Parts: sequence; structure tokens; C-alpha cells
Amino acid sequence: MNQLLNIDMTMVDWARAQFALTAIYHWLFVPLTLGLAVVMGIMETQYYRTGSEFWKQTAKFWQRLFGINFAMGVATGIILEFEFGTNWSNYSYLVGDIFGAPLAIEGIVAFFMESTFVAVMFFGWNKVSKGFHLASTWLTGLGATISAWWILVANSWMQHPVGQTFNPETVRNEMTSFADVALSPVAVDKFVHTVLSAWVLGAVFVVGVSSWYLLKKRHTEFATKSLRLGAVFGLISSALIMLSGHHSAYTVAQTQPMKLAAMEALYKGGTDQPLTIIAGINPFAQPDYEATDEPPLKLAVPYALSFLATNDMNGYVPGIRDILDGYTKPDGTIEPSLDEKIQLGQQAITALQDYRKAKKEGTSEETINCQLSIINSGMPYFGYGYVKDRAQVVPYIPVCFYAFRVMVGGGCLFILLFILILAPIRGRWRGTLHWVALFCIPVAYIVSEAGWLVAEFGRQPWTIQDMLPTWVGVSELGASAVMITFLLFLILFTTLLAVEISIMCKTIKKGPEL
Amino acid sequence: MTYIFLQHYWCFIVALLAAILVFLMFVQGANSLIFTIGKTADERRLIVNATGRKWEFTFTTLVTFGGAFFASYPLFYSTSFGGAYWLWMIILFSFVLQAVSYEFQNKLGNLLGAKTFQWLLVLNGILGPLLLGGAVATFFTGSNFIVEKGNIVDSQIIISRWANASHGLDDLLNIWNLCLGLAVFFLARILGCLYIHNRVDDELLHNHDQIIQPLWRSTWLFLGLFLAFLGHILTCEGYAYDPATGVIFMEPYKYLHNLIEMWPLVVVLLIGVVFVLFGILWSMFHKAYKRGFWVTGFGTVVTVLVLLLLTAWNNTAYYPSTADLQSSLTMQNSSSSEFTLRTMFYVSLLVPFVLAYIIYAWRSIDKKEITLDEINNDHAY
Repeated sequence: MNQLLNIDMTMVDWARAQFALTAIYHWLFVPLTLGLAVVMGIMETQYYRTGSEFWKQTAKFWQRLFGINFAMGVATGIILEFEFGTNWSNYSYLVGDIFGAPLAIEGIVAFFMESTFVAVMFFGWNKVSKGFHLASTWLTGLGATISAWWILVANSWMQHPVGQTFNPETVRNEMTSFADVALSPVAVDKFVHTVLSAWVLGAVFVVGVSSWYLLKKRHTEFATKSLRLGAVFGLISSALIMLSGHHSAYTVAQTQPMKLAAMEALYKGGTDQPLTIIAGINPFAQPDYEATDEPPLKLAVPYALSFLATNDMNGYVPGIRDILDGYTKPDGTIEPSLDEKIQLGQQAITALQDYRKAKKEGTSEETINCQLSIINSGMPYFGYGYVKDRAQVVPYIPVCFYAFRVMVGGGCLFILLFILILAPIRGRWRGTLHWVALFCIPVAYIVSEAGWLVAEFGRQPWTIQDMLPTWVGVSELGASAVMITFLLFLILFTTLLAVEISIMCKTIKKGPEL
Repeated sequence: MTYIFLQHYWCFIVALLAAILVFLMFVQGANSLIFTIGKTADERRLIVNATGRKWEFTFTTLVTFGGAFFASYPLFYSTSFGGAYWLWMIILFSFVLQAVSYEFQNKLGNLLGAKTFQWLLVLNGILGPLLLGGAVATFFTGSNFIVEKGNIVDSQIIISRWANASHGLDDLLNIWNLCLGLAVFFLARILGCLYIHNRVDDELLHNHDQIIQPLWRSTWLFLGLFLAFLGHILTCEGYAYDPATGVIFMEPYKYLHNLIEMWPLVVVLLIGVVFVLFGILWSMFHKAYKRGFWVTGFGTVVTVLVLLLLTAWNNTAYYPSTADLQSSLTMQNSSSSEFTLRTMFYVSLLVPFVLAYIIYAWRSIDKKEITLDEINNDHAY
């Protein structure tokens, strides 16, 4: 299998690269949409309550920036939905019965709300009442947030497939419990953590832009009030994100232990595990996790990983080798080794072949039931039947390891920033702090993308955890076709991003109409 | 609710979404005429601002149509999108370009200039309806694919495969696909003209002919193409399905039979056609009449709805395969499970509520026609 810098030019790799590219671009715009929606909602509420022209113009200014960003979010988002079909046709068929529903609900419930009220928000200032306009502003944000809920339900199902069963007649997974899918603990964690992270990014953006005005000594009242509002909003979001982060890590440990092991570069696990702060891992090569017990130059906090993963300072956390070789869980259940999982997966695949043949030939019920029983017992490991060697099931550790640290480190930096912004600092240090706040805008985007990388790189090689590896989920397309569309998307999105940044900067430079 | 009922219900919902999408492509139709109707920079800006307040609805309907099709007929989603790759990719590219073209074109800092984005709107205005219409026509004419669900457990792996290397571009070589594609394109232009007539203050356009001339041209071209296509499908062989055996076979005059056997659809189709023609003709000959957009729009929705239902209801294969007849997709062999369709049925009960707030919001901001003063002094593209 390919790994980062050793990409094999195959259809699978290009399809993955294309999805990653479009998702990364999309995720540049979504967090600001979610974050600014709350900020401008609060500001317009202030206008509604006080009738002050100041708050009206303040809300309108942030709405202008919201609009520029929103257009790019919409443009990049449409590709993602259809890419499931174009580049991942096997995936679309095999799990469409479950995965399609959240996407349809997202369209019906969220997108229409968003698109209807965003038009009122922009064009309705002089056409609708103050109350209806305020409701439209909040409903635009609510629509975007509900949209996030459903797409994250879909994504979480890929990380932790629940509420479904395999139907050998139709050769696909089918939904058995909508509540299990929609309210899966992974989905709840992911939604809370993701939306909070978007709020933090929105807060950093508001604080950064406001700091620029203060540095330039322009629109001081507007900037000071926006700065304080952004910092308070950011601090509250950051406090909540710490709680949700811990809970997310716990859920990952229970449902995707390999992802956690890759995030931590934990080659050999055990009890009393420390949390690595930093270690010397080559970013451009997969480390030798088979031959070494831990990465070099490891600096760690004792017991912290055990606590993070199990809520117990002495809890057991499996490492990569434990997962590959099989291990006994604290409750006494045995997690099979990779070889055993491969065997079970292959048995399920063979039994499915035999089942279809037996049904076609009208073989006895007894034979068919026997095949069904093998299919059912092997189905949790169905995807392993397509795995050839150990390296295939280990995510690319350097990306998971560093992205996790960038995410957590960035989160801590922003907490410090919000506290300092709200602290009574005066004089030269205040100016420095405003420069730091401005510098934090691009950092916030890097941190936000790092979170996405942790979640998605850590899931590799699975499109559906344990059920469907990437190389079985694709469409039958030539690598050149996907490569061409990859390059076209790259050129198109990069050009549009450059235009968007230029327009944003000009709009900020122009400032609010106060 | 039986499984069969749910399959028919979801077919209706998806067809309705597609029909509404065709109506909402008035945005594309008007955009394709930016430089034809808009003689001055102000006029072009008026057109862009008139459609700019509605483009999100077209876009959202397209996305919801995709999502609903995915949820209810995943095998179609995997077969058509994965197979007709280039066709869908070109459609998507054109819609991506449209999405940013409004917001960016007249903003300070636009590195590419306003005209670039206006031309991108024109491009989307041509490619969007043309290619979506061509894609819809394949529901009658068939596509070149093979489906074998058992592939997942043998060396072939891929379940839905396109039988040639063109990946959807071959669909555009079929004269009847092009015929419907062009018909949809001219229909979008008709709706676009009527929408501008409805939304933009008459005094702002130099004269009424600026709209009537393209409306007239588009109407004749649309009628010629549409009637040719309708005549073709009512006289050609269609893809029939035997529900007892699951076998798909060719049946002469299948779509004509469908119309006759589901006779209420004939009535609805005729009502649709009358509304389409009335809205156009009345607007042409009565300058003050501005509701033609809604009349023709309603006619468009019901006409397209009937055409799409003809492809799927009454034991018909709605996505026929020209490469392997038995690979053709029917409501029965390609739908989601009963549980999923039932769950989605409950979700679909929200649709009237969604429609209600869309209508309320639409009316709220469209109380008055768009004026240059509004564009210059309020939020505008």
C-alpha cells in the first residue's frame, strides 16, 4: 500500500487524494461559517434589543465576511456529496442504504433552511421586520449547524458502523435502527467537538481581525467590542472543547484503538500508559513499529494516556503490535489477532460466494443456513478478508501523531490567547498581543485541518471501519481520469481561494460602515 | 405501507425534486442570457441580482435531489455517478463556478474581474441545463453499464461498471439525449426570460423586446425539440419489467402504454403543457402580465414529473442498460431496504413545512421589483 510520499499512482490513491483535497478545501470554509454565525447572531440580537445603529453596522460587517466565505463553502461542498458516487461507487452501493439517509435529511432539513434564510439575511434588511431578520440570521446559523450534525452522523458511521446488518440477498449493509445511527456516541462526540472547534476558529478570526483594526487605530469602538465578544465566545468554546476532547479520545479508544495507537505512536501498549508530548518521529517515513517499543526522544506525561483512553490512571491501552497480535481486554474478552481477523473475513467472503451459488442452484436449506451462519459470524471482520499483510491496516503514523499534537497544542494556544485578550494588559504588550492574535488566524486554520487529518488518516485503510477497505470501495475508473479531475479541482479551488482571500482582505480593509 | 408503496412513493419524491430542479433552472436560463438581454452594465447587473437571490434554491434542490436519490436508490447512485463520471463531473464543475460567481464578481479585490464571473455564469447557464437534460434523457434511451452484485466477492470487485471507456461522454452522442438536453436548455431560457420580466422593473430595460425576442426564439426551439422527443418516446420500444420473474425485456410503445394504463397522468401532462404554453404566450402578447413565470413554472413541474414517472412506474426499468438488458435498474432491484424507505418517509413529512417557510421567505423579499437604486444602496451582487 501507498504511504504519503510513496504514492502508488493507482485509481485508489488518486480517489483518496481527490476526496482529501476537496474535503480539506471544504473544511477551510465551514468552520468560519459555523463560528461567525454565532458571533453575528449575538451582534444582531444586540441591535434588536437596543436599536443601536452601531450594532446593526457591526452585525452587517461580519455578515459581509460571512457571505464571502459562505459562497466558497457551498461551492466546495457540492463536490463531496457527489464524489461518493463518482469515485466510490462500490461504497455507495454497499452502504448507501444507511449512509444515504443522513445526506438526504441534511438536504431536506438543513440546506433548505440555510439557503432560504441566508437570502433573507442578506437582502431583507429593508424588506422584513427586525424580528424576522434576526430570526433569519439565527436560522441561517442553525441550518449550517444542523447540516454539520447530519454530515457528521454519516462520517461517524464510517468510523463506527452501528444500527445495521448485512443482507446476503442484496449483498449490502442495511439499516436496522435509525436511532442507533443518528445518535451513535461517536456521532454525538464528533458533532460537539467539531462544532466547538468551529466556534473557536470563528472566535480567533473575530479577535484577529479586530486586533488589526486596533493596531491600525481604526474603528476602535467597533474593534474593541468585537474583540471582547470574540474572546469571551472563544474562551467558553475552548473550555467546552476540552471536555468534549477528552470524551472523544475515550470513544476513539473504545471504537478505533488503532487510530489512538497511531495518534500516540504507541507501538507496544500496556497499563499505566503515559501521554506523549513530543517524540522524534520522521515525518516522511512510517516508523518501524514492529522492531521498536517506542519512538526515540519521547517526552511524556505519566499515566495521562491511560486516563485519557480509559478514565483510569492505570487503565490498559493497546499498542499497534498488540492490536496486530491480539490482546485480552480488561473485561476479559479477547480481541483476535490480525491473522485471525483475516481468516474470519476470508471465510465470510467465501461463504457469501457459496451462498449466492447455492441460492442460484436451489441447494438445500441446510447448506444455505450453514453458509449464512459463517457469513454472520465473519461479518464484523468482512473487510479483513481483503487485507494481505500487517502494514496495510496501520495508518500512516507521522501524520496522525503530528496532526494530533498540532490540534491539541493549537487549542491550548488559543485558550491562552483568549485569556490574555481579556486580561487588563496595557501599553506595548497589548500591541504585541494584537499582532499575535492576527498571526493566530492562519494558525487556527492549520489547527482545524489538523483535527480533520487526525480523524480521517487515523481511520485508514478503512472507508468503513473493519468492513470495507478503501481499495474495495472505489469505482472502476482509470487512474488518469481521476488524476485529471484532481488537478482540475486543485487549480480551480486554489484560484478561487486566492480570489476569496483577496476579497476578504479588501473588505476588512474597507471596514464597517460606521 | 407496503414495500412496493414505499418504492413508488420515493420514486415520486425523487421525480418531483427533479421536476422542481428543472423549474428552478430558470436561474441558469436567465444567466445564459446575461449578454443577450443585458445591453448595458447596469442591465447585466440587474439580471445577476435578480437570479442571485434565488441561485441557492437551485443549488440546494440539486444537492437534495442527489441525497434523496442516494438514500432511496443507492444502486442508481453508484452506477450512474461512478459510471457516467465525465458527464457528472462537468455538471458539478459548472455548478461550482456558479456558486462563487455571484458573491465574487462585483466585490473589491476580485482578482479575475467582473466579466470573468459573468461569463462563468453564462457557462453554467448553458452546460447545467443541457447536460442535466441529457442525463435525464438516458432514463428513456439507456446507458452503457453492467451491474453484477456478486463481483464484490470475486476478483472483479467492482459491482457497477461502465461498458466503455468514455464514462458518460458517450451519452452525449445519442441524438435523443441531445434533443432533450437542448429542450431543457431552451426551457430554462424561457423560464429565465419570464423570471426577469417578473422581477425587474420594466423601465430599467430599454424595451420589452429585449426579453420578448429571446423568449420567442427559445419557445419555438423548445417546442420543436420537446415535441420531437415526446413523439420519439411514445413510439419507440421501452424497457419493461416483469415483476414476477424480475426479467427485463423490450416492449414496443412501452411509454405510450404507460401513459394509457396510468391515464390520470395524461390529464396531468396535458394540464402541464397548457400551463407552459399559456404562461409563455400570455406574457408575449400582454406586456403588463408578469405572472407568466409562475404559470409556466407550474406547468414545467407537472410536465417533467409525468415524464419521469413514465420511466419508472408501471413495471418499467427507469435506468436501462444498453450493454446488458438484465443489468437495467428498476424500482424493485435498486431501492433501499423497506426499513430505510419507511424511515425516510417519515422525514419526508417535513417537506410541506419546508415548502411553507420557503414560500413565506421568498414572498417577504420579493414584494417589490428590483431597482437600480436598491442595487446601489443595499446589499447586492
